[in-house]
Amino acid sequence: MSQNPAPDGSKRRLLLGATSVVGALGAAFVATPFLTSMAPSARARAAGAPVEVDISKLEPGMMVTVEWRGRPVWIIHRTKEMLDALPGASDKVADPQSSQPLQPEYAKNATRSIKADIAVLVGICTHLGCSPSAKMMIGPDSGLGADWPGGFYCPCHGSKFDLAGRVFKGMPAPVNLTVPPHTYFTDTRLLVGEDKKGA
Amino acid sequence: MSKPAALVQWIDERFPLTATVKAHLSEYYAPKNFNFWYYFGSLALLVLVIQILSGIFLTMHYKADAASAFASVEYIMRDVPWGWLVRYIHSTGASMFFIVVYLHMFRGLLYGSYRKPRELLWIFGMLIYLCLMAEAFFGYLLPWGQMSYWGAQVIVNLFGAVPFVGEDLAVWIRGDYVVSDATLNRFFAFHVIAIPLVLLGLVAAHLVALHEVGSNNPDGIDIKKKKDPKTGIPLDGIPFHPYYTVKDIVGVVVFLMVFSIIIFFMPEVGGYFLEYNNFIPADPMKTPPHIAPVWYFTPYYAMLRAVPAMFGSQFPGVIVMGAAVVIFFLLPWLDRGKVRSIRYRGPLFKTALAVFAVSFVILGWLGVQPTDFLGKVGELETATLLARIFTVIYFLFFLAMPWYTSIDKEQPEPARVTG
Repeated sequence: MSQNPAPDGSKRRLLLGATSVVGALGAAFVATPFLTSMAPSARARAAGAPVEVDISKLEPGMMVTVEWRGRPVWIIHRTKEMLDALPGASDKVADPQSSQPLQPEYAKNATRSIKADIAVLVGICTHLGCSPSAKMMIGPDSGLGADWPGGFYCPCHGSKFDLAGRVFKGMPAPVNLTVPPHTYFTDTRLLVGEDKKGA
Repeated sequence: MSKPAALVQWIDERFPLTATVKAHLSEYYAPKNFNFWYYFGSLALLVLVIQILSGIFLTMHYKADAASAFASVEYIMRDVPWGWLVRYIHSTGASMFFIVVYLHMFRGLLYGSYRKPRELLWIFGMLIYLCLMAEAFFGYLLPWGQMSYWGAQVIVNLFGAVPFVGEDLAVWIRGDYVVSDATLNRFFAFHVIAIPLVLLGLVAAHLVALHEVGSNNPDGIDIKKKKDPKTGIPLDGIPFHPYYTVKDIVGVVVFLMVFSIIIFFMPEVGGYFLEYNNFIPADPMKTPPHIAPVWYFTPYYAMLRAVPAMFGSQFPGVIVMGAAVVIFFLLPWLDRGKVRSIRYRGPLFKTALAVFAVSFVILGWLGVQPTDFLGKVGELETATLLARIFTVIYFLFFLAMPWYTSIDKEQPEPARVTG
């Protein structure tokens, strides 16, 4: 029997490299189902269905909270004084014209709503997801200063929003509150979570 | 040969029992001048064991289900025999873990235990600290109280602040659009199996690295430089067992006394170990009026709150918070001093370390309070202003370290340990 020839180093490296690449690819394929299994399940996605709200009993100056996709959605019936206070706050808020795309096109206006008096907002602070508290009173009675136009105060990190969900300047929250897609069936029946069909 | 000796020999022929005991206990030579600060390593190991044991018994009764989690914790507290004790041991153990680990880390800063050749030892230790933070965070959601819920909401949204992929990342972590049953279930999995496994592996690596390079000591000098010429044993070294095993038992007894006083007489520690809002079931529709994390996270939380939103994003605050933890990893390379121990350091390092320790405590205190609790200076809340100042000091301790440690007036180290 002849002696074994010396091992071919470059062939070994090639084989080692090739098997490593194939092995790594295999590991990546196997990891995919595990990592994807952590994404929202079909049940969680189905829970994102729209919510219908009857606002006929919502008096001016009052708000109601409904749950949509597990989040609080506020429906606020603004009084005339509240609406009149909005333009005054425009120079104190970070994005008065709603230029950031946080609302559907049909709510990109001075009141950030379809109907001027009814505001629909996702009640989750755009900073780190706390739910701000309502501070609806205008002026010093709110405890937030004489020039307070009414709005919301986030207890977690102190962000303030006006009654159109616009964030004040210099707050931890970077952008305005989100206006969810919504549409009216009738004057008093509101659907949160869906745009007008065909719109 | 006696029967026990024969048994040991039988094992030794199949498994290195005697050799392992010798290498890591009876013939592992540690410096003879360990002081009070050297209790906290073994105490950390003790708390790890306490947490694993009490945790196992809690999982026998706990339900990782959003509909029943809160009630199952109350069930453990009221109906399970001795359940209240097991639960209080586990909740107190969490806070005690951080107390012990913070003191253990401070010891490292005092005596330069992170310096060459202990860089990897330090990095393993920091990884353990990161794991511990993850473990505490995941565990905190499980009681499904208001603080559990909103704390998790805030922390998961930190990932949502990452540009471009943030929102998808946050949804992937939660497994839902909000913190929900899916989130609770996976956090339970992370808390009881994934993170503890990693933690145990890291603790093993930490100990292997320690026993490879040998323990540092309050003089910061290398005891391996002066060895007995005949035996090769360091002149200032004593076997870990029995000398330090016995010393550590004293520490364990004192620690368990403190631990028991907390468990039996003040398990909530005034709302610091168990927050009052967490006795209210989680309500996704309503944030408690004041939310703060448990005390051990508050220094970082204060930093997060101190940084204002920039470029329409809260990401800078998240970066600062992350950097505050990550910068510890760089310590071995930031320190340019020639001596290790605080005993021979110059006035600059001593001052810097004292100021850093005070800043850390003040940031922790600020992080517990609402932002408006000190009133305002001009437009800005006083507490926010203070948090900004101390955040800067915190980072200066690290960033200016190469400068002040290289010009510091240090004293010469002794040749042998001083006792």
